[in-house]
Amino acid sequence: MIINFLFAAIKAGTPLLFGTTGEIMTQKTGNLNLGVEGMMFMGAFMSFFVAYHSDSLVLALLAAFAIGVFAALIYAVLTVSFMANQNVTGLTLTIFGTGFAKFFGAMMIDEAGGSPKLSGKFLKAVSEKAIPVLGDIPVVGKLLFSHNPLVYLAVAIAILCTLYLLKTRSGLNMRAVGENPGAADAAGINVTLTKYLHILVGGGICGLGGAYLSLINGGGIWNNSSVVNGQGWISVALVIFASWNPAKAIIGSLVFGAFSVLQFYVPKNIIEVPNAFYVMLPFLITTFVLIITSMRKSKEGSQPAGCGVNYFREER
Amino acid sequence: MKNEAMAIELKQIRKTFGSVVANNNIDLSVKQGEILALLGENGSGKTTLMNMLSGIYKPDSGSIFINGHSVAINSPEDSIRLGVGMIHQHFKLVEALSAADNIILGAKEKGFFLNRSRSEKIREISKRFGLEIDSEKKVYQMSVSEKQTVEIIKVLYRQADILILDEPTAVLTPQETKRLFEILRRMKEEGCAVIIITHKLNEVLEISDRVTILRKGESVATVETAGTSAQELTELMVGRPVELSIDHPETYFEENLLEIHHLTVCDEEGFEMIKDISFDLNRGEILGVAGVAGSGQKELCEALAGLLPVKKGAILYHKENLVGKSPAEIIKMGISMSFIPEDRLGMGLAASMGMVDNMLLKTYNEGKGPFVSKKAARELSKRLVKQLDIVTPSVDTPVRRLSGGNVQKVLLGREIESQPNVLITAYAVRGLDINSSYTIYDLINEQKQKGVGILFIGEDLDVMLELCDRIMVLCNGKITGIVNAKDVTKEQLGLLMTDASGKGGHKS
Ligand SMILES: Nc1ncnc2c1ncn2[C@@H]1O[C@H](COP(=O)(O)OP(=O)(O)OP(=O)(O)O)[C@@H](O)[C@H]1O
Ligand SMILES: [Mg+2]
Repeated sequence: MIINFLFAAIKAGTPLLFGTTGEIMTQKTGNLNLGVEGMMFMGAFMSFFVAYHSDSLVLALLAAFAIGVFAALIYAVLTVSFMANQNVTGLTLTIFGTGFAKFFGAMMIDEAGGSPKLSGKFLKAVSEKAIPVLGDIPVVGKLLFSHNPLVYLAVAIAILCTLYLLKTRSGLNMRAVGENPGAADAAGINVTLTKYLHILVGGGICGLGGAYLSLINGGGIWNNSSVVNGQGWISVALVIFASWNPAKAIIGSLVFGAFSVLQFYVPKNIIEVPNAFYVMLPFLITTFVLIITSMRKSKEGSQPAGCGVNYFREER
Repeated sequence: MKNEAMAIELKQIRKTFGSVVANNNIDLSVKQGEILALLGENGSGKTTLMNMLSGIYKPDSGSIFINGHSVAINSPEDSIRLGVGMIHQHFKLVEALSAADNIILGAKEKGFFLNRSRSEKIREISKRFGLEIDSEKKVYQMSVSEKQTVEIIKVLYRQADILILDEPTAVLTPQETKRLFEILRRMKEEGCAVIIITHKLNEVLEISDRVTILRKGESVATVETAGTSAQELTELMVGRPVELSIDHPETYFEENLLEIHHLTVCDEEGFEMIKDISFDLNRGEILGVAGVAGSGQKELCEALAGLLPVKKGAILYHKENLVGKSPAEIIKMGISMSFIPEDRLGMGLAASMGMVDNMLLKTYNEGKGPFVSKKAARELSKRLVKQLDIVTPSVDTPVRRLSGGNVQKVLLGREIESQPNVLITAYAVRGLDINSSYTIYDLINEQKQKGVGILFIGEDLDVMLELCDRIMVLCNGKITGIVNAKDVTKEQLGLLMTDASGKGGHKS
């Protein structure tokens, strides 16, 4: 029971992990992109569309990544090159992304004459499989080594991003750009290029989160109204919970995943709470996390100092 | 031979910001192995000119030659590649990163991963130039002089052979300045070209080989340091003869304004920075506060202004205890503080607002009704611009765009104009050009004659001896002496500052 619960928590937390990692990469370079929800929506649609027509998981993921990059590119052009307000641009991207996915989603439904459904072959490719040998270990095998391939992908990306941030030269340069673009610029770092690069990669990773939602959580059926459903927003909040560290986001998304599946695992005859309470729970926790973390004061593990402010070299 | 080539040559440089002409017709040159001082009043365009060498700004017209070749510097990257290293007026460091990270930042080196041998190289450089640094310490935990050391090593790390320092000494103690100058001389011996900006004429005379003077954005003269004097330099800078002397008017008020009894104050981290001090301040008196940086000056100011809680003791103003009152109540009672922080922009001004709005910040709650009236503030701003020669396109220009020194005049002018009974100024002339400094001294004297009690926290002992009536010396948060300025010498003050008498209790 507990194992099943944790297993489900990991499954539900994975899209959040994608979204959070993507947003961390974006914020670390000094841009607050509130368009995660939109980018996830676009990724969800694109991956489903491609999977529906090609039956290929790799192509579906590439498509999700690509559309995320494209959405982030719009955001980057507006904020980095044209100095548009980051909050407004991000919010607009969310609205745009949601509309984009719903519009083309409706077209796809029309075309298919009913809710489109992914082929059995494809669903098999993304199904949960125990890794040979490792998967046979009791408890641990089920918990850690019996997931669908995207779970491993999410964890691998989060760990790679952490290593990149902390151990590489370009990761250091990128953190400097996020903290103090003026200083980074004076040190000879190309601020614009650095920002573009990481905003785009961050967007791509968010797109993958969308793919997870439509390909796995959706059960292979396209549902036009509730694919992403606020997960993008929770991801943004999780960035703070994870104190801008993708490795910590693994834990964070697990916790949030646990809350979102809690309703199915609390025995109904013991505690009786309306379902709506459980649906609300992740958002309630998000609120608390935001309140608690905003009281914490330290330079490390807090928002990059230059985050949210556009940089123009000649302005002082 | 290579040594004969000019390291830098600027010809007919011009730079404008909108309608503001910051630089015009500027010619300047520096040889290898030479230290050039760049001198000019606040807002005369020194920082702007140097920023064109470091790639922050691009000139509108004119040409730049480095080692004899005409170059176009389009970005800081270009500038670094040409061997130019600049230490900016407001440091360009990433606070959240360690010293080592800041030093290797952006350096064009091989390898994708950060290599741990970097500390080796940093250590080697520090040793060669006699610099001390903890390379794993985070920048936000550092003092100003440590930050500056990081900046210097950063430049050395990139093997820059042209070094530009924009007012490096404004925030340093005399000892730290001495150390900096030793490093500069060492670099000069190694054949580097150095440009240094400073408002302190004695430093110009001490360290430089030649001096180039800017006035209102144009280069007006270049002179050999050996054949000039402070007087001549000032006149070239201002453009007319000026008299460099500080008045010392006598006043006869005989009334006690502030009485401090056994004051103990802790800083934010809970360290006792002021330990059981008692003194008083009279009307029409300038009480100087001398001491090595960090002896508790900042905490004393903040405690008097109500910004830091008092741990023990009393602050009596006309027999009324100020301890526990809010900053707003204290301001209302006529106690005004202008603290020029080490990072200068930080305290007291809103950088993206214009002068008018910044004046209002202090007085908005005096007006009646829900709306603020900008008329008085606007007039005050205009008066200050005239009185203090503030260089600004208009009183509504965001203060962040003003030159470093002019920002400071805005802050100080506002405090003086609020007609206080007690005026606390800390480092009032930090970063101000010589002429403005004397204007400030005059203003302070004027206040004194009106009967204001002034607490003058300063750095330059010569100035304090002339300006102040009494001087209180702080050392490690304790008072080591309160002396009459007339009866004391600089050397005696120096001894009190380092507490040679041992009166200040424990030594650190
Ligand atoms: N980015 C900018 N935008 C608008 N105006 C500017 C900008 N940078 C400088 N200026 C203006 O150019 C003039 C010269 O400024 P600069 O900072 O070069 O003076 P400075 O000689 O360094 O003075 P200080 O000794 O006070 O530092 C000032 O009038 C300033 O307001
Ligand atoms: Mg300057």
